[in-house]
Amino acid sequence: MSTIAQRPTSGSPTPGDVATTKKKPKRNNRFADMSFKGLAVGAGVLILVVLGFVTVFLLAEAWPAFVAGDQVGVNEPQTIWQYVAPFAFGTVWVAAIALLLATPVALGIALFISHYAPKKIAAPLGYLVDLLAAVPSVVFGLWGIQVLAPFLQPIYVWLTTYLGWIPLFAGPASGTGRTVLTVALVLAVMILPIMTAVCREVFLQTPKLQEEAALALGATRWEMIRMAVLPGATSGIISAMMLGLGRALGETMAVAMVLSPAALISFALVTTQNPNTIAANIALNFPEAFGLRINTLIATGLVLFAITLVVNMGARWVISRRAAFSGANA
Amino acid sequence: MSEDIASPKTSSSKAKKQKPSALEVAGPEILAEIISLPELEHDSHRSVTLPPPRSPFAVDKSDVHLKRRRQKDKVATVLVCASFALAMVPLLSLMITVISRGINRFDVTFFTNSMRNVVGEGGGALHALVGTLEITGLAAVISVPIGLMTAIYLVEYGRGRLAKAVTFFVDVMTGIPSIVAGLFAYSLFLLVFGPGSQNGVAGAVALSVLMIPVVVRSCEEMLRLVPNELREASLALGVPRWRTITKVVLPTSIAGITTGVMLAIARVIGETAPLLVTVGLTQSMNYSLTDGPMMTLPVFVYNSYMSQGVDAAAYVDRAWTGALTLILIVMALNLVARLIAAKFAPKGNR
Repeated sequence: MSTIAQRPTSGSPTPGDVATTKKKPKRNNRFADMSFKGLAVGAGVLILVVLGFVTVFLLAEAWPAFVAGDQVGVNEPQTIWQYVAPFAFGTVWVAAIALLLATPVALGIALFISHYAPKKIAAPLGYLVDLLAAVPSVVFGLWGIQVLAPFLQPIYVWLTTYLGWIPLFAGPASGTGRTVLTVALVLAVMILPIMTAVCREVFLQTPKLQEEAALALGATRWEMIRMAVLPGATSGIISAMMLGLGRALGETMAVAMVLSPAALISFALVTTQNPNTIAANIALNFPEAFGLRINTLIATGLVLFAITLVVNMGARWVISRRAAFSGANA
Repeated sequence: MSEDIASPKTSSSKAKKQKPSALEVAGPEILAEIISLPELEHDSHRSVTLPPPRSPFAVDKSDVHLKRRRQKDKVATVLVCASFALAMVPLLSLMITVISRGINRFDVTFFTNSMRNVVGEGGGALHALVGTLEITGLAAVISVPIGLMTAIYLVEYGRGRLAKAVTFFVDVMTGIPSIVAGLFAYSLFLLVFGPGSQNGVAGAVALSVLMIPVVVRSCEEMLRLVPNELREASLALGVPRWRTITKVVLPTSIAGITTGVMLAIARVIGETAPLLVTVGLTQSMNYSLTDGPMMTLPVFVYNSYMSQGVDAAAYVDRAWTGALTLILIVMALNLVARLIAAKFAPKGNR
């Protein structure tokens, strides 16, 4: 590219061919301009093509499982839908609990950084939370199974003994602590940074004048937050939750390592039989899979893709609605 | 006529004489009344001592409503601070565990040996380190040009429906679960190269699918920060558009772009699931990206823990050391990225 660029300037014109040198750089520039634009457009189109390929190839490889009837099951005859149902349930269930645990904490952290911490240390504290995002998921998995699960196991025993009448805490308690609740806790920690980051940005966008007006009218800091900060941040909080949910749905390794898996639909949180997630099921079974098993696993991956797509579309819809109604973003 | 004029004069002067007298009579009374009005009474005119004015900030002990509001505020403050402390607990616990347990095998053997023919103690993760660097490097080589050019398209050229579609689908791509990206690369290589084609390139393709949207997003943000005046000045001088982009826009935002790319690398270098599916794993050295399974650091950690052999402690130790190495790499990338961002942050007189 640089040679094309140099030509107009390096070709020192003798008086005779002024006309040609005047014409030449223009044509060269136009050609370079067009090809550069072509490259840029091509890159954009390539992304669309890749995404199309993702769908097409996944569909192509998953197709045999969809038409295999009840040959899909491993130990018993099952169709693909019967096979994937418990895993789909587990995926949504685990992610939902993780979201439930993470949301209040993420809101608190975001408020702490945006409105409570002294201005000088707010940014470093934000970095500390971001550090959590830098930890690879496999390390979270290792920590979850070696540190968190043994720590929580006695608590689970207590829960099943004294609160066992609540279906969520039905016994028998897991002997290893590798339960849905442990996994949800690990996932909650993993989605905290992204949720905090989004909420923080939204809270910081609150008009300063409104905050000061609320304080000047005698509102306490909490009342100021409730009246001036939170109302404008609702859709931002929702989109943060959706983003967190999307992350939690697709998380693989932490679940694969921590959960003691089974294929069933159960709401019990701390027992030995836990519904596995789609992603973890793929990771656990893929290395040994062959033939139709591979097609089946890819088909479940497609289902996971569909679930996350719906969640992300929801998030985008909420964000776009906010953009439409907020004058600040216009 | 003179009489006509004179008579009113005299009458008016009479009236003048009379009216002021009336006012003179009433004036002091009215004045006294005005002054004595309590609303207009000035402090200095006060005859009775009133209680001192109440400060708006003073707490009335008997004001139950205000008390409750203050209590609520205190509870909220405690909760907000506690939630931050709560988030620090797992971070601290994780860091302490990874360092204290990873340090056991953080030795020369670990970084100079593979796991070939190793049962029990000894062995290392050189093969995994090489694999991670090669595959992540290739992924970066694939995704940085594509991501950067897409960002340039969106910022400099993008108008109309294609740009909207690209923006939308980049967002969709951001949401692809990592394992699905792995399955995609696996299917692609299975259909194109036939079965049994687990190799480094497939892994790099899977990582690229995850990395491209991150690169696009961060580059786009950085390019949008470049002031329009710079572009306009360059174009006004007759510099063609593509030279404006490569010589003015990109150099201005290069620090931010570098930071974004490094953060994107830091994000995909810890990915496990797509590599497990596409690259597989091996216990031997494999420098070739196109020839058979390779080991990568995240998969090494996973595999060491999940398939412990005899002398399980040795396998767990290796897993923790692998985790420590991985975290160190990611932290180093993050740190360097932030340093670049801080050092080359846009200056005022640029």
